[in-house]
Amino acid sequence: MQTNIKRRIFLKGSAASSVMGAAITAGLLTPQALLAEWNEAAFKEKDVVAAIKGMTGSESSEESDKIHIKAPDIAENGGVVPVSITSDIEGTTQILILAPNNPVPMIAAFTLGEGALAFARTNIKMGKTGDVVAVIKAGDKTYTAKKAVKVTIGGCGG
Amino acid sequence: MAKSSIKLRAKVKDDVVEVKALIKHPMESGNRKDKKTGEAIPAHFITEVVCEHGGKTRLSASLSGGVSKNPYVSFKFKGGASGDPITMNWKDNKGKSDSVESKIK
Repeated sequence: MQTNIKRRIFLKGSAASSVMGAAITAGLLTPQALLAEWNEAAFKEKDVVAAIKGMTGSESSEESDKIHIKAPDIAENGGVVPVSITSDIEGTTQILILAPNNPVPMIAAFTLGEGALAFARTNIKMGKTGDVVAVIKAGDKTYTAKKAVKVTIGGCGG
Repeated sequence: MAKSSIKLRAKVKDDVVEVKALIKHPMESGNRKDKKTGEAIPAHFITEVVCEHGGKTRLSASLSGGVSKNPYVSFKFKGGASGDPITMNWKDNKGKSDSVESKIK
């Protein structure tokens, strides 16, 4: 029985990969797009509103004071800016971190799993002084908040 | 086993597990240029980080080159107990990946 199940999975897998292979050869998909469900479009989008839409499907977000952004007022090193986001919005499922002044505004998207609290923390790069924008998805709505961070040495290099 | 690129710490306090991870990775955004040659340094960054516990995905994060070098990721969840195994894995834009298993303290 066990072998049968494995065989099925194997067959299913190889069928799927040959379809993918065909798609690559046909030039329909670039190998990079196949790596994961990583949302390449949203991570390449230069426009903040479009990037948020690409990630959450939502066109407009409401500003909310229930989102708390912890980030330094002045970042001496733009290469490492600690940012933590906490949301008091009920039903939070996704937390996005953006820096609109960066070459690529979308920095990270955290999708909360079962039992996860509405909190995420990471270190981000900031090219120059600007806002850190947090976007919270709850249900089919999105909410935003922002905090200004002054960067003395940019972290996007060049 | 080779040492993992991930340092994973999980600690339970008042029913909430706080997970902290530090991953060794260059996180090149692709926007930087080599100062000597002037050539663009190709993008090389982690795209996905997944943390699992008790057969459930507790967090999945998509990252870009805008996350700092040697990224730090922290989050919290309910439903874990001291001694439980917890795993984290990442993959990057070049198809490389790594994983680690730790125990909740």
